[in-house]
Amino acid sequence: MEYFLQQLINGLTLGSIFGLIAIGYTMVYGIIGMINFAHGDIFMVSGFIALMSFMILGIAGVTWVPLALALVLVIAMIFTSVYGWTVERVAYRPLRGSFRLAPLISALGMSIFLQNYVQLLQGARSKAMPPMIEGGFTLMERADGFTVDLSYVRLMIIVATLVLMIAFTTLIAKTSLGRQQRACEQDKKMAALLGVNVDRTISLTFVMGAGLAAVAGCMYLLLYGVIDFYEGFVVGIKAFTAAVLGGIGSLPGAMLGGLMLGLIEAFWSGYGSVEGKDVAAFGILVLVLIFRPSGLLGRPEIEKV
Amino acid sequence: MRGSDAALLSVSGVHTFYGSIEALKGVSLQVEAGEIVTLIGANGAGKSTLLMTICGDPRAARGTVRFDGRDITRRSTYEIMRSGIAQSPEGRRIFPRMTVLENLQMGALTADPAHLEEDLERAFALFPRLKERQHQRGGTLSGGEQQMLAIGRALMSRPRLLLLDEPSLGLAPLIVRQIFEVIGEINRTQGMTVFLVEQNAYHALKLAHRGYVMVTGEVTLTGTGAELLANKEVQAAYLEGGS
Repeated sequence: MEYFLQQLINGLTLGSIFGLIAIGYTMVYGIIGMINFAHGDIFMVSGFIALMSFMILGIAGVTWVPLALALVLVIAMIFTSVYGWTVERVAYRPLRGSFRLAPLISALGMSIFLQNYVQLLQGARSKAMPPMIEGGFTLMERADGFTVDLSYVRLMIIVATLVLMIAFTTLIAKTSLGRQQRACEQDKKMAALLGVNVDRTISLTFVMGAGLAAVAGCMYLLLYGVIDFYEGFVVGIKAFTAAVLGGIGSLPGAMLGGLMLGLIEAFWSGYGSVEGKDVAAFGILVLVLIFRPSGLLGRPEIEKV
Repeated sequence: MRGSDAALLSVSGVHTFYGSIEALKGVSLQVEAGEIVTLIGANGAGKSTLLMTICGDPRAARGTVRFDGRDITRRSTYEIMRSGIAQSPEGRRIFPRMTVLENLQMGALTADPAHLEEDLERAFALFPRLKERQHQRGGTLSGGEQQMLAIGRALMSRPRLLLLDEPSLGLAPLIVRQIFEVIGEINRTQGMTVFLVEQNAYHALKLAHRGYVMVTGEVTLTGTGAELLANKEVQAAYLEGGS
């Protein structure tokens, strides 16, 4: 029971990070119907931006952790959004209206470019960061000394993800910007006929996806303390899997898919083998796609962006 | 005295291509402020293409479109729509996964948010059915209701020029009559300028002040609604058995 609880906490944390990244995949798919394979690398870039920001703030003498954390989040979101915006502008917009595979190939190219770009600038080795937030709550203790811990970092990740997802869902459902995004997703031609600047809306979608990936990047760095140029590929593929699992194009689906994938990995590592966790994650994906080809929540009447 | 330069909408010598197909072959026409002008013609004559060309999608290859004296030929669609034109397009294009209310809010995108409540009330007064269905998704509405919504949505931006593409298409005669009554009403009470594209020539010409006839990408005839209704060619081509 105690062990189960600990794996649940671990799974929720990992799932939160997957979910935040998966939203970027699903939103871009919803609005322009392409898989942005560079999105995982955008997440990786945000990890490096966060790392550098922590170091610069450290040198500048900002040592109060909550302030440093808030500043790093804001800086990472801003710079990562610029990356997301630029990728769309440079690699995808010129190809809009060309054949369907063109932007997909361009996305793969962008992904490779970003990996090599970071490798050149930062080196191929993992960069490590000392833990910023230490300690946590001990929820339970078993007779043999096994404790169920909810570290402050994990708590923060779960809470921040929850808050962001509520805010984001509200943004899409209730605001004019969200309506414009949904309008573009459903009928771009009509959206333009109502005065929507479709290109700008698509750009904003990339910016929002990158902003959420930036939060995920900061969280990932805080949780694991290391980042390398290849990290985006692995985590990106997982988050993409999460988006497909939940039903690509569906916002709640991306969140659900992320959480499920995180839980599957945590429990598989906990009760089976750590090496087998990817097999489990992708195995479940295959099963879901066999029985529900459009994913768990990917029905046409589900709200998509 | 108002010359053609002072017309609210002035289309002159417009050619539009779809790939290598010339859909419009030098179309010229004017719509004066306060008028209902109709464009009739057979399926495939280029009527919808003209409405879309006015909105910049596709853009005219040659010729000019002037709205309120300004050349809008090369503007982006969203800029043109923000300058005071609204369209209820071919096929209605209701956002199927948005509620009726959200569809109307989308129509109000370019309008002053302070007018929203008032404009919603006005749309609901014109089409009471929309009020009953306001929380229903657009995709679940009947054809007639979707057409009402498309017109209501176009009106939400308080346009100075309303473009309507075949509002009667596929609707029961009773609904068609209701919709044409509403078009007449917004013209009379709000002074709305309307450019109406129709295959249902009889209703359109009865309602309109003036009309144009289009055949395969060219305007072949023009006159007042009554003149065109009495015209033998028009009668033979567009009014046989029409009602």
